[in-house]
Amino acid sequence: MAEATRGERVPTVIADDLHIVYRVNGARSGKGSATAALSRILKRGEDRGVRKVHAVRGVSFVAYRGEAIGLIGSNGSGKSTLLRAIAGLLPAESGRVYTDGQPSLLGVNAALMNDLTGERNVILGGLAMGMSREQIKERYQEIVDFSGINEKGDFITLPMRTYSSGMAARLRFSIAAAKDHDVLMIDEALATGDRKFQKRSEARIRELRKEAGTVFLVSHNNKSIRDTCDRVLWLERGELRMDGPTDEVLKEYEKFVGK
Amino acid sequence: MSETTHDGTVATTRPVSPDDGLTAAQLADKYGLSVSGARPSLVEYVRQLWDRRHFILAFSRAKLTAQYSQAKLGQLWQVATPLLNAAVYFFIFGLLLGARRGIPHDIYVPFLVTGVFVFTFTQSSVLAGVRAISGNLGLVRALHFPRASLPVSFALQQLQQLLFSMIVLVVIMIGFGSYPRLAWLLVVPALLLQFVFNTGLALIFARMGSKTPDLAQLMPFVMRTWMYASGVMFSIPAMLADKDVPGWLTDILQWNPAAIYMDLIRFALIDGYGSSYLPPHVWAFALGWAVLAGVVGFVYFWKAEERYGRG
Repeated sequence: MAEATRGERVPTVIADDLHIVYRVNGARSGKGSATAALSRILKRGEDRGVRKVHAVRGVSFVAYRGEAIGLIGSNGSGKSTLLRAIAGLLPAESGRVYTDGQPSLLGVNAALMNDLTGERNVILGGLAMGMSREQIKERYQEIVDFSGINEKGDFITLPMRTYSSGMAARLRFSIAAAKDHDVLMIDEALATGDRKFQKRSEARIRELRKEAGTVFLVSHNNKSIRDTCDRVLWLERGELRMDGPTDEVLKEYEKFVGK
Repeated sequence: MSETTHDGTVATTRPVSPDDGLTAAQLADKYGLSVSGARPSLVEYVRQLWDRRHFILAFSRAKLTAQYSQAKLGQLWQVATPLLNAAVYFFIFGLLLGARRGIPHDIYVPFLVTGVFVFTFTQSSVLAGVRAISGNLGLVRALHFPRASLPVSFALQQLQQLLFSMIVLVVIMIGFGSYPRLAWLLVVPALLLQFVFNTGLALIFARMGSKTPDLAQLMPFVMRTWMYASGVMFSIPAMLADKDVPGWLTDILQWNPAAIYMDLIRFALIDGYGSSYLPPHVWAFALGWAVLAGVVGFVYFWKAEERYGRG
C-alpha cells in the first residue's frame, strides 16, 4: 500500500560524499608558552600551529519530504557539525549538500544579548532568523506567553542576565520555535526547561514537524528519537555507520553502547 | 511513472524507484534542489542584505545599548567617553606638547576635538570590523544571513556613537564662538561619505580578520600610527611650512582619507577654519575614497561569503 507513495518520493536534502574539516589555531603542541608559539612559526611546513579536525568523513544520504530523521552517535561523532553543514552554515571541505529551500537550525542563542531586556531580545532574535518586523509584532505576545517568562512577574522587561538558566533557555526556545521552516533541524532542543515546559515544547515541535517538509533531530535521548523519528542516521567518528528505520538502527546502537 | 515496484517485490530497506542509479547531482537537478551554502550572485547578495536592513539596524543599536548597560551612569557614558577622550588629548597635545602651532588660539580646542571624534569613527569601525566575523563565529555558525550584515552593522554602531559625540561637539563649538550656521549642513554629506568609506574598510578587514584573527592584535598599532600621521592634533600644512618639503608632499598627506574627512568636518563646523586650510579637490577626494573603499570592500567581502564560519 505504501508503493503508490514511494514512487513519488521527493528528495529535500541530498548529501553527496560530504567532508567537513575544522581548523583550530594554536592547538598544536601542549605547551602554550610564547617561545613554543615562536618555534612553531619558525618551523617550516604547511601546518604551522594549525590543527585540523576531520569532523565529518564522507557522509552520503538522501532525505525525502515528510520524513523525520534522527541523528544519533556518541559525543563528538559529528552530529551537530553535519546539521550545520546541511544548513549551509559550515563550508564543506569536499562533497556537496543539495537542499530544497533554506534549511534552518532551530536555535537563536548566539544572536541574543544578556545585557538586553527579554523584550528586545525577542525582537532581535526574530530579526536574526529573518522574520519581518510585522511578523514579530504579530507573534510577540504568543512568544512571551509560550515561554511563560511573565508567569512570575514582569520579567520580560528585565535584562536577560537576571534570568535563571531555565528561564533563559525557555525564552530562547520560544523565540526559535516561532518561525515556520521548510527543512527544520533541532539540536537537543527537547531537553530545556522544567517538566511542564518540556511537554509544551514537545507539542510545539510536533506542530512544527507537520508544517515543515523534513525534520532532523539530534538527541541523546533514545526515547524522544523513537517518539518523533521514523528513520535514523547513526554517526560514529564522523562516518555514517548505519542508516535505516528507527527500530533497527536503535537496536544496533544500543548493542554498541551497551558493550 | 513508477514501473519498477510491483506488489510482488519484497520490501527492502531501500525501495527501488526510478531515481535509482542517478548520481546525487542528477537527482538534485531533477527535483530542483540547490547547493546549500553556495554564494549568491552579487545582485542577489545586495538584495538579501537589503532584506536584512532591520536586523542590521537592530543589531547595531543593541550592541550600542549593551555596551554601557552595567554602568551606573548608563547611557550617559555615550557622551562622557568622547568628552573625556578629548580632554586627555587637549591636556597632552594642547598644553604639554604645544602642537597647536599655526592654528589660531581660539579654534584649537574645536579643531582637536573634531579631529579626535572623526578619526575615532574610522578607527573603531576598522577595529570592530576585524572582529566582526571572528568574534561572532557563534552567530555565523547558527543562523543564516548575508555575512556582510555584521561588518555593516558594526560600522553603523560607530556612526551612532559618533552622533552622540556630535552633541558634545556642538556644545564645544558654541562655547568657542562658532555658532550654528548654514555651512554646518555640510557635515551631513561629509559624514555620509566617511560612513561609506568606513564600512568599506570594515568589510575588507572583516574578511582578513576571519582568516587571520591575529590582525585584531596588530591593527590598534596600525591605526594609532595612521592617527598621528593624519593631523588629528596638528595642522599638516602648518607643521610642514617651515620644513624644506615640496608642496605636493603636503598635498598628498592631506589627501589621505582620514585627513580629508577630518578637514571637511572642521571646515563645516569651525568659523575660523576657512578653505585656506583645505587641500585642492577636497570633495572629489572625499567622494573618490568613499566609492573606492565601498565598492572594493563589498566585492572583496562577498567573494568569500561561503567560507565564513570555518574555524
